[in-house]
Amino acid sequence: MSKLTPVLSAHWDEPDSFTLAGYKRHGGYEALATALKSSPDEVIAQIKESGLRGRGGAGFPTGSKWGFIPQGDNKAHYLVVNADESEPGTCKDMPLLLADPHVLIEGVIIGSYAIRANHSFIYLRGEVVHIFRRVQKAIEDAYAAGLLGKNILGSGFDLELTLHAGAGAYICGEETALLDSLEGFRGQPRLRPPFPAIAGLYAMPTVVNNVESIASVPSIIKNGVEWFQSMGTEKSKGFTLYSLSGHVVNPGQFEAPLGITLREILELAGGIRPGHELKFWTPGGSSTPMFTAEHLDVPLDYEGVSAAGSMLGTKALQIFDETTCVVRAVLRWVEFYKHESCGKCTPCREGTWWLVQMLKDLEAGKGTESDLEKLLDLCDNIAGRSFCALADGAVSPIISSLKYFRAEYITHLTNGGCPFDPVASTLFETAGA
Amino acid sequence: MSLTESFTEIEIAVMDTIIARYPKSRSAIMPLLHYVQSIDGYVTARGIETIAEKLSLSTAEVTAVSTFYTQYKSEPVGEYHVGICTNTLCAIMGGDAIYDSVSEHLGIKKDQTTSDGKISLERIECNAACDFAPVVMVNWEFYDNQTPSSVNELVDSARNGKPLAPTRGPSKLRTWKENSAVLAGLSDGLAEEGLQAGGPSLFGLRIAQEQANT
Ligand SMILES: Cc1cc2nc3c(=O)[nH]c(=O)nc-3n(C[C@H](O)[C@H](O)[C@H](O)COP(=O)(O)O)c2cc1C
Ligand code: SF4
Ligand code: FES
Repeated sequence: MSKLTPVLSAHWDEPDSFTLAGYKRHGGYEALATALKSSPDEVIAQIKESGLRGRGGAGFPTGSKWGFIPQGDNKAHYLVVNADESEPGTCKDMPLLLADPHVLIEGVIIGSYAIRANHSFIYLRGEVVHIFRRVQKAIEDAYAAGLLGKNILGSGFDLELTLHAGAGAYICGEETALLDSLEGFRGQPRLRPPFPAIAGLYAMPTVVNNVESIASVPSIIKNGVEWFQSMGTEKSKGFTLYSLSGHVVNPGQFEAPLGITLREILELAGGIRPGHELKFWTPGGSSTPMFTAEHLDVPLDYEGVSAAGSMLGTKALQIFDETTCVVRAVLRWVEFYKHESCGKCTPCREGTWWLVQMLKDLEAGKGTESDLEKLLDLCDNIAGRSFCALADGAVSPIISSLKYFRAEYITHLTNGGCPFDPVASTLFETAGA
Repeated sequence: MSLTESFTEIEIAVMDTIIARYPKSRSAIMPLLHYVQSIDGYVTARGIETIAEKLSLSTAEVTAVSTFYTQYKSEPVGEYHVGICTNTLCAIMGGDAIYDSVSEHLGIKKDQTTSDGKISLERIECNAACDFAPVVMVNWEFYDNQTPSSVNELVDSARNGKPLAPTRGPSKLRTWKENSAVLAGLSDGLAEEGLQAGGPSLFGLRIAQEQANT
């Protein structure tokens, strides 16, 4: 039996998968009709029971999040979809929206009904124009078909859905920064509490969910809680999109039950590029501590990855072979965090700047071994002392690379610079382009 | 059109439709900035002033927002704005080499524009397409699996007025201004053009199908 379980990606090979007709051909919007026949509380209970956990990185149970929204408070409620997808390595939500925007819209309508929201938003990163077109057209078609707007499918439920383009700021993926951005401010994180469930968008009760979390909802309603629970592991239920990139024969999207291992995915993907071997990889994007070949059999679920010292994150498996300089890779990631730091708090704003300076020197072979301690000390003064998790992400590639590749940092110092040939790690070197 | 004149009545009416999408008008600031870029090519003083007036904000408040986000430009960019992904994964797979090569080919560095106003260059962060690395975006359309020579060819084609089509996008590359209008929420009718999914997006599905058939 196949280890793969395409659900979200099951029909991406059909040329019209993104159209309303293409979506309906495989039972699209039937889950919505079913959900609208249940009460909102029943829908929340079903999602809770399924065990679906947020696919945006933190793995918070989706049904519980919905359950936090106060009921009967006579306030406007909002569902906001986080389609900012900007964590380096993460590349699942964008192909999903390009191929099948209606599954997100169906999930949004069901989620909004459950939390009693009558206006919802999709916050899409701005650097993907064609995906904006696809989602916008899908929304227009859904309105025309009576799936959005007033009295959806005759249920009496009304919902407006607005697509909103970001403008290039990684921090707007952090949910409270996203809300500030959507309100028309600079995207900077908010102090919590109050949590968005109490005071979110326009200070009203708000749920923020990742694209993949919401897109998973229709299949759960349609196929049932038991079907969903039959996949995955004890505390990490269901299927999910793993995104494989880097020095592999076949990069791409692999939809599998939670708990599959990198070894298994690599087998399906034809392995590391020929003549090379795995050096390091991220389990869930650049903010998650890196792994090495010793972690090939770690179950890729929330518990398994945590137990091995990292985080499942966004399941962005970035693979680097032995031609890659770990110091160069880490420096480039930390430059990213420095660039994307929103500037609100000092440890992150100033600290990422210092980290980049130190790593640049180390890459150039300047300094002594004691600078590695200084670097770790600096990390210690940033992580956990900053306002949001961006800063924790900034130090995790440093700390984890020093854990596994300290000797390589030292080689830079003894060698007076980087011992690697950057050409060897490019793709076209071997492709001969 | 002069950038010191006010926007036309039609343009102002479009701004009103953008504002009407939101429960609170201030939320319209981002699409309005994209819209200003679709008319003026970048965030002009008259754009800032008009948005401030429409949303009852100070120009300082609007400027504070526009300078926070990298997609809003304070100076004109090229008709074709080229972004090379040089975040870690793409950089290592060839993005750094692509950037160096196209920068030399065009004779410009990042955040500069060719003297004919056709091409501008930027180093961009991960664009959520790592399984298609190395990735290049032009006017925020995907050009997947690029090499130094393919990108040189791409920018040459754009300079000659016949830009190569995106790998996952509409069949014809639109200009910077045209695509800025899309981001403001103004449909250009091209949503159904182009692929539904590129090769890597389908790889896992193909394997699953093969295994189900054996
Ligand atoms: C710096 C930073 C960036 C983030 N970027 C994203 C993102 O691009 N997409 C996303 O869904 N969640 C992102 N998150 C997580 C969100 O804050 C939030 O947890 C998530 O959207 C909740 O959705 P979920 O419960 O469905 O996973 C980010 C968090 C941080 C700290
Ligand atoms: S940790 Fe960084 S990104 Fe987060 S609030 Fe502080 S400065 Fe902003
Ligand atoms: S690193 Fe270039 S698209 Fe992700």
